[in-house]
Amino acid sequence: MKRIDARGLSCPEPVIMTKNALASKESSYEVLVDNIAAKENVSRFARHQGYQVQVEENGDDYLLRIEK
Amino acid sequence: MKNEKAVIAAAGVIIGLIASMLVFFGNPVNMGFCIACFLRDTSGALGLHTAAAVQYIRPEIIGLVLGACAISLATKEFRPRGGSAPVTRFILGVFVMIGCLMFLGCPFRMILRLAGGDGNAIFGFVGFALGILAGVAFLKKGYTLKRSYKMPSLEGQLYPFMQIVFLVLLVAAPAFIHFSEAGAGPGALHASIVISLAAGLIVGALAQRTRLCMVGGIRDAVLFREWKLLLGFLAILISALAVNLILSAATGTSYFNPGFAGQPVAHTDGLWNGLGMFLTGFGCVLLGGCPLRQLILAGEGNTDSAVTVLGLMVGAAFAHNFGLASSAEGPTANGKIAVLIGIAVVAVIAVCNTRKKADA
Repeated sequence: MKRIDARGLSCPEPVIMTKNALASKESSYEVLVDNIAAKENVSRFARHQGYQVQVEENGDDYLLRIEK
Repeated sequence: MKNEKAVIAAAGVIIGLIASMLVFFGNPVNMGFCIACFLRDTSGALGLHTAAAVQYIRPEIIGLVLGACAISLATKEFRPRGGSAPVTRFILGVFVMIGCLMFLGCPFRMILRLAGGDGNAIFGFVGFALGILAGVAFLKKGYTLKRSYKMPSLEGQLYPFMQIVFLVLLVAAPAFIHFSEAGAGPGALHASIVISLAAGLIVGALAQRTRLCMVGGIRDAVLFREWKLLLGFLAILISALAVNLILSAATGTSYFNPGFAGQPVAHTDGLWNGLGMFLTGFGCVLLGGCPLRQLILAGEGNTDSAVTVLGLMVGAAFAHNFGLASSAEGPTANGKIAVLIGIAVVAVIAVCNTRKKADA
C-alpha cells in the first residue's frame, strides 16, 4: 500500500501525484487531501482509472482509500 | 459523473447568459465579465493608476468574491489557508495581468470576445492554449509551489471583508475615489450597481460550486483526459453567442459582429494578442487557476489566491502607469518589452520550482 500526502497543494498537483502513484500498479493506495475540490478531483480520476474510492473524514482532512 | 458534467454545462449556460445581458444593461461590449479589466478599473478607482478612461469599482468583482464566500460558508468549505509561496504568486499575478492587458482581456473575456465575433481573440486563444501547454510541461516534471497551511480565521476573512469596504466606497463615492466620466471610456460604461452586484453574486456562487476555471479546462484535458472544466468553458461560449444573436434580433443593435478590425476594446495585432495570452496561460497554470478562479478561491479563505489578486491589481497599476497596456490602436513598445520580460520571469519561476522527483 502506498500513501500520498497531498495536503495543501494547489490544483492539479494532488491528481498528478495520484496519477504517478497509480503507475506502480499496487492493489491499494491512500491519498490524504485537505480540501473538497482535491477530494473530488482525485476521486474522479481514480474512478475513471477503474479503482474504487472510499472517503473518510479525518478532522480537517480527507483520507481517500483507493482500491482495485 | 454524468451529473457533474450536466451541472457545469448548465452553470456555463447561465453564466454566458448573464455575461451577455450585462452588456445589454450597460457594460462595455464583449465585456459582460472581464476579471482583468474589472480589477484594473478598481485599481484605477482607488487611484493606483490614473488612466481616466478605466476607473470604476466594479461590483461584479465584489459579487464574485462574496458569492463564493457565502456558498463556501454554507457548505463548510470556507477554510483560511495560505503560505504557499505568496511572493512568487504575487509576481505571477503581476505578469498575468500584464499579459491580459496586452491582449485586452482575461481568459473569461477572451471567450466573450469570441462569442461577440471578435476574430482577434482567436489569436489570443492560440497563445493561451500554448501557454497552458508550457505550464503543463512543468507540472508533469514536478512543478510545485509547495504546501499551504491553516491560517487564523481572520486572515481568511480579510479579503472578503475588503469587498464590503469597496462596496461602501462605491455607493458612498467619496471625492478621493475616481470614477471615469461619462464618455471617457470603458470605465464609464457599466450596468447599474444592483444588477452588476447580483450578476457577480450568482456567477460567484456557480463558479464556486462547479470549480469553473478557464485554464483548468485545457490543462485537465491534456493531463488527465478530464473534460469537465472544458465543458464549462464551451457552454459559456455557446450560451453567450446564442444570447448575443437573440439580443441582436430583439433589439436591432448587433451584439455579434464577426471580423477583426474595429472590434470593441481590442486591437488587431495577432502576434501580440497571442503572446499576451501565452503569458497569461503559462502564468495561470503555475498559479493553479485563472483570474476568475483566484477570486473564487480568495472568497473561500485561500489567502494565497488573495495575494495573487492583489498582484493582479498592482500589475494593472504598473500596466497603466508605465504605458504597458494596449489600446484600440494596438500594443505599445513598453508593453511588448514587459510581456517578453514576463514570459522570461514566468519561465524562471517554472524552472526553479520544478524537480524531477517532487518531494513536497
